[in-house]
Amino acid sequence: MKTPAHAPEQKLFTPAELVGFVILATVIFIVLPASVDAFRLNLFGKYLTYAFVAVGLVLCWGAGGILSLGQGVFFGLGGYCMAMFLKLEASSPENTAIQSTPGIPDFMDWNQVTALPWWWEPFNSFAFTLFAVIAVPTAFAFIIGVAMFTRRVGGVYFAIITQAIAAILTILIIGQQGYTGGVNGMTDLRTLLGWDIRTDSAKTALYFVSGALLFVCLFIAQWVRKGKVGRLLVAIRDQEDRVRFSGYDVANFKIFVFCLGAAFAAVGGAMFTLQVGFMSPTIIGIVPSIMMVIFCAVGGRLSILGAVYGALLVNWAQTVFSELFPQLWQFAMGGLFIAVVMLFPMGLAGLYDSHVKPRLARLVREMRVLKGLPPEPARPARATGAAPAE
Amino acid sequence: MNVATPAHTTNFLLSVEGLTVSFDGFKAVDDLSFYVDPDEIRVIIGPNGAGKTTVLDLICGRTRASGGSVRFKGAELLTMREDQIVHAGVGRKFQNPSIYEDLTVFENLELSFPRGWSVFGALAFKRAPDVVDRIGEVAETIFLADLLGEKAGLLSHGQKQWLEIGMLLIQDPELMMLDEPVAGMSVAERKKTAELLNRIIAGRSMIIIEHDMGFVKDIAHKVTVLHQGKILSEGSMEKVQADPRVVEVYLGH
Repeated sequence: MKTPAHAPEQKLFTPAELVGFVILATVIFIVLPASVDAFRLNLFGKYLTYAFVAVGLVLCWGAGGILSLGQGVFFGLGGYCMAMFLKLEASSPENTAIQSTPGIPDFMDWNQVTALPWWWEPFNSFAFTLFAVIAVPTAFAFIIGVAMFTRRVGGVYFAIITQAIAAILTILIIGQQGYTGGVNGMTDLRTLLGWDIRTDSAKTALYFVSGALLFVCLFIAQWVRKGKVGRLLVAIRDQEDRVRFSGYDVANFKIFVFCLGAAFAAVGGAMFTLQVGFMSPTIIGIVPSIMMVIFCAVGGRLSILGAVYGALLVNWAQTVFSELFPQLWQFAMGGLFIAVVMLFPMGLAGLYDSHVKPRLARLVREMRVLKGLPPEPARPARATGAAPAE
Repeated sequence: MNVATPAHTTNFLLSVEGLTVSFDGFKAVDDLSFYVDPDEIRVIIGPNGAGKTTVLDLICGRTRASGGSVRFKGAELLTMREDQIVHAGVGRKFQNPSIYEDLTVFENLELSFPRGWSVFGALAFKRAPDVVDRIGEVAETIFLADLLGEKAGLLSHGQKQWLEIGMLLIQDPELMMLDEPVAGMSVAERKKTAELLNRIIAGRSMIIIEHDMGFVKDIAHKVTVLHQGKILSEGSMEKVQADPRVVEVYLGH
């Protein structure tokens, strides 16, 4: 049996993708820390936490066609899990001696709660907290996924339901003030295992931790996309029925990718809490959830690297606009989003593919000619002239 | 395999009995019964709206029946999920070529290869040599060996139809159901497709829906004529063609 020519080696990266990863790593780990002060770097650290969500959305929405308008829920659950640990650490009996019940978080005391609720107890353990940061949001995503996808709820209906879940969770957190800190959220977080997270040096360190964790997520995302599951997600997006009749239980794959997106968002949420020093319902509701989709759309919903740039750029633009034009910045943001949808629906990554990439390729060719090198060997001609398979 | 099968189903690969489905009171398929032997090519013909595609949808689980039974090798299919029916050995090709346009021909066939059906199976899936060989073999059979690296969306209509047949073939189903496999094909492509089907029939049965009577004559062992969700006539091509009721509702037009 002759081996067909088009059984491409399954490499994790194409050369172009590897260059993209290296450039992003340079930007995050070298360029930004070298060019902005500690205050701005902390802001960029906050933006990076949103990039986790955007990368998860590329998998769910871009690759799998599952649009979730409730990623804030998972971001928030991850963030709240971390905040509960930090809050307990900040509420030592010495620190809270003036309360009527010392040793419990201040907002509980204000709300006449006199003992730590049982479900807060495990968050005294850092190991449990790290586990819960990922497990709680992922388990919640699993429940939503099973309920929706096995009933074949999809598309717009799924988007609306996730939106509703974001609203419900916000209302629940605000309503249970004595247990959650209500609308103010969990504030006055101070130390992580005795390490003061409010100092500039701590914030800079946490920035690098965020960057490193983001790259872990990017590698996982890349691995999933390059493997069979990635191709199956594309197939499900385009021809869900055909996938069923190829013998796959489509719901399981949707549940998997939805849970993975939730886990990424949760890590981002936990890092948000650490770097910003609080977690509140305003971070996780309907509007932030939609903003997260916009980060992904601006960056390009088919590109995991594009999504990171999208999250960084949109947030940075938001900060700059709001500093320069306090009354107008929301209009400016709105204009930006309309421009993206109307003019470049594939986002920054799409612009790169259609404008920058061909020019780069031409530049490389011209350089070779200038240096007297022979031009690249011609690609074998194809009947349709289509790009070769990746 | 299943020892406890009722006597009347043992000789057939597929027994459809009393199959009924109604959409808002309209019976698209009405108390339908027919049997398919191992290695048989059965062609279903009939005027538009006769319920032909619906019958295939019912067998493969795409549409839920209101009543009756569909037994495949003794196992009841009506209570199974689509993917379980595939695992039982029933493959289905749709009327419009339904392939993954954004993936290459190779990847289309690879996803159809019967391995790594679970999430974790798919995560652990490797492009093993046996997979690659089998894909090469199938691509050869469906005339697409030179186009493995091509995006499936760029294939011609006829090639897409072949690709979908190849996606079934690689599953190696015992019962293959094809909905108008030569629709929209040129005369030359039809000939090639008939050849292809005759080549891949070995060891399996087929149910084919087709309008092209020349093509039906070429391949059918037995023909079932459907009309308004019921069987009008059944038997050899000659017998069916001579049936005055068939001429009246279908062939005469």
